[in-house]
Amino acid sequence: MTETGPRPTVPVIVFPGSNDDRDAQLALERLGAASPRIWHTDEALPAETAAVVLPGGFSYGDYLRCGAIARFSPVMRAVADFAAGGGLVLGICNGFQILTEAGLLPGTLRPNESLSFVCRDVPLTVERPDTPFTSRCTTGQELTIPVKHGDGCWFADDELLAQLETSGQVVLRYAAGANPNGAVDDVAGVVNADDNVFGLMPHPEHAVDPLLGSADGALILGSLVDAARLSLAAAV
Amino acid sequence: MKATVLVRPKPGILDPQGQAVESSLRHLGFEIGEARVGKLVDVELATEDRAQALAQLQQMCEQLLTNPLIESYAIELEQA
Repeated sequence: MTETGPRPTVPVIVFPGSNDDRDAQLALERLGAASPRIWHTDEALPAETAAVVLPGGFSYGDYLRCGAIARFSPVMRAVADFAAGGGLVLGICNGFQILTEAGLLPGTLRPNESLSFVCRDVPLTVERPDTPFTSRCTTGQELTIPVKHGDGCWFADDELLAQLETSGQVVLRYAAGANPNGAVDDVAGVVNADDNVFGLMPHPEHAVDPLLGSADGALILGSLVDAARLSLAAAV
Repeated sequence: MKATVLVRPKPGILDPQGQAVESSLRHLGFEIGEARVGKLVDVELATEDRAQALAQLQQMCEQLLTNPLIESYAIELEQA
């Protein structure tokens, strides 16, 4: 991974119970970002923030519903404001759950249909490469990225699902027959209507080097760093 | 005033936990139909005014205690 150009600032938010924040930080920094870890009680993001990542983990012990309590952390108001202004926000696993609970992404994550925690590599299909989170991918490309969750069953009712499919907000799907959690329509990752907030259950930060079994996660995080860098250039 | 909030998976929403409980009850020999699993939250409120308590509890349910996409709720206020 050789990256050139200015280093965009892409903070990683740390909630009590986050546990993938360091992996996300390491991956983003290897991809050319500067990624300070920001404690959830901070009320503002660094002024130079070009994108934000909400990492995986078990914020607040997954009490009540996954992400339901973390969404009220002080930093989440800043994240919501940042997103409302068009800022790029990526939620991974628990971060995805927090974004749905906060109403920044559609649908919700429910306990896996099997009721078992799943932890394995899964094949994914890229539905849309025209988002800031998938620009390094191609349509229909198959990625191998691990999942590790007990509550990853993405759900939307029929009406919402039809609306999201029509508007093309499903960006990543589990490959046919490889759905690990019972998510409707094999949804693994969704974007908001403005294409600037994205959440996914698989962990791209755990797949950024062939030594880890796959480097496909770097395509997702690298796309984000590219987009963050572009937003820096646009701001100058 | 004390209150209890019952949170249930909405009808039609797949409830794997309920299904597991249902199947286990059948294995124990109970003849049952469907079983579904929800949550119960006991709350102690500062107010003694029932209308005010109800209004507060509804807000709690909408803001935090339930996810309206998948859950419904029922509020039980302690009898005066």
